[in-house]
Amino acid sequence: MRKASSFNLAALGLGLAFLYLPIVILVIYSFNASRLVAVWGGWSLHWYDELAGDAPLLESAFISLRIALVSAAAATVLGTLAAVALVRLGRFRGRLPFAAMIYAPLVMPEVITGLSMLLLFVAVSIDRGFWTVVIAHTTMAMCFVAVIVQSRLVDFDVSLEEAAMDLGASPLQTFLAVTLPLILPAIAASFMLAFALSLDDLVIASFTTGPGATTLPIRIYSQVRLGVSPEMNAVCSIMVAVVGVAVIVASLLTRLSAARGTPARV
Amino acid sequence: MIDPQRQRSLMAKFAIGIPYGWLVAFFLLPFLIVLKISLSQSAIAQPPYTPVFELAAGWHGLRDFFAGLSLENYAFLGTDPLYVLSYMKSLEIAAFSTLLLLVIGYPIAYAITRTPRRIQAFLVLTVVLPFWTSFLIRIYAWMNILQHDGPLNRLLLALGLVREPPVWLATDTAVYIGLVYSYLPFMVLPLYATLEKLDESLLEAAADLGCPRWKTFWLVTLPLSAPGVLAGALLCFIPIVGEFVIPDLLGGSRTSMIGQTVWTEFFANKDWPTAAAVAVVLVCLLVTPIVVFQYQSIRGAERGS
Repeated sequence: MRKASSFNLAALGLGLAFLYLPIVILVIYSFNASRLVAVWGGWSLHWYDELAGDAPLLESAFISLRIALVSAAAATVLGTLAAVALVRLGRFRGRLPFAAMIYAPLVMPEVITGLSMLLLFVAVSIDRGFWTVVIAHTTMAMCFVAVIVQSRLVDFDVSLEEAAMDLGASPLQTFLAVTLPLILPAIAASFMLAFALSLDDLVIASFTTGPGATTLPIRIYSQVRLGVSPEMNAVCSIMVAVVGVAVIVASLLTRLSAARGTPARV
Repeated sequence: MIDPQRQRSLMAKFAIGIPYGWLVAFFLLPFLIVLKISLSQSAIAQPPYTPVFELAAGWHGLRDFFAGLSLENYAFLGTDPLYVLSYMKSLEIAAFSTLLLLVIGYPIAYAITRTPRRIQAFLVLTVVLPFWTSFLIRIYAWMNILQHDGPLNRLLLALGLVREPPVWLATDTAVYIGLVYSYLPFMVLPLYATLEKLDESLLEAAADLGCPRWKTFWLVTLPLSAPGVLAGALLCFIPIVGEFVIPDLLGGSRTSMIGQTVWTEFFANKDWPTAAAVAVVLVCLLVTPIVVFQYQSIRGAERGS
């Protein structure tokens, strides 16, 4: 019997309040008319207005968006291939080190990933900038993509693929016409998540970036170190909104993915 | 028309080869380079270390290259208390905050499994959602709350709980708050995943046999959720040891965690070989938990199929 006791309800309530109150307070303060962070001067959109005129900040936001788009696309392709290799191709040679390289970046401290990437780029003398950040973010995000798509492929009803093959479809046709459409929502969801990861990253980007490729988190960090300011409240509120929408879309897609192609519906 | 057998093997080569090659080039190779640079000397040059590997120099170059390597940087780490204290501090903070996360995360995960199944998915999403807003923003939100004349101190003063506003920022307390706040989803998710699979009939059997509820929890629920506890603890402990943003923005300057030390050696002191050696020692410290984590995840993925 499933029943929520008052203790359980309290744990849930307090837990969610702990998770959401700081963000709610941040968003409320971004509408504060007063320049003093501690004083409430009434509701205002003044700081958002101010942001619209902050050219370096807008440029950084644009750079971050481009990096996130390119790296999320690359990570989605690479991660999906890796997931297919891990789930569908049995015990090929070198499978264990492959699986290890997929899972290790998920827990590796970011400082180490960033430092090692940077030292690679220096060793092969690649100028750091837009593309080096893209490569670093792709590597980190592809592992998340692989894990998500892998879990979808594991639940997949293999008899659908077998039916297509029995009816004379080639392996490539089967993959493109049966497998890919069925796992597409999971792929789309992991694209959104890769996008969010790249947009959020500070540490890895700081190590791998170069002149002319200052991402939004790097710019925010350099301001935030100096203390709390109303402009930063506004920037952070906008980012919370963007990421929130991306994640909600991603989770709806995952739901859709789970509903498709499961054995129960065949 | 292509032979299906051949097409299949071509596709397999494609699906394995491309991500494999990418990971070797951008994950494995960088690690080997870090290892190599940690054995090099700092130099005022571009890149700022010697020896530099020269393919053109051939066999002699290779011999000189190996002769130029030394363990000096590691010896240096051992003699300077700054580094030893920094490692100790990181391990201490990571261990204690993982414990805090378990104590706070377990009741939340447990409570979610007690709700009707329809709203469980929604509750899980609600717990995970803040994880996707950046660390930076979440830490910034706490800087806002914890500052001297911020909302928390004003609330405490208004309630008459304190007479003088306490100092929160630049203390270990602030670092713990930031860590627990940022890593809570990492703890709740694996705990929920194991608790949700728990066989209800075991709890009913215990109740039928007259076992009190707290004892059932202690003897049945907790031991059965051990894999989730382990997964959650590893998923939090490993990244926290190397954490940079949270201690940098919320913590004091008295002792820095090891992630900050790597950052300072690299960006402020420009001492790349020392930064690399600090990183290698950090990986060595984390190698046991990382291997346990990988073993768990690979086995988990295998069990699923």
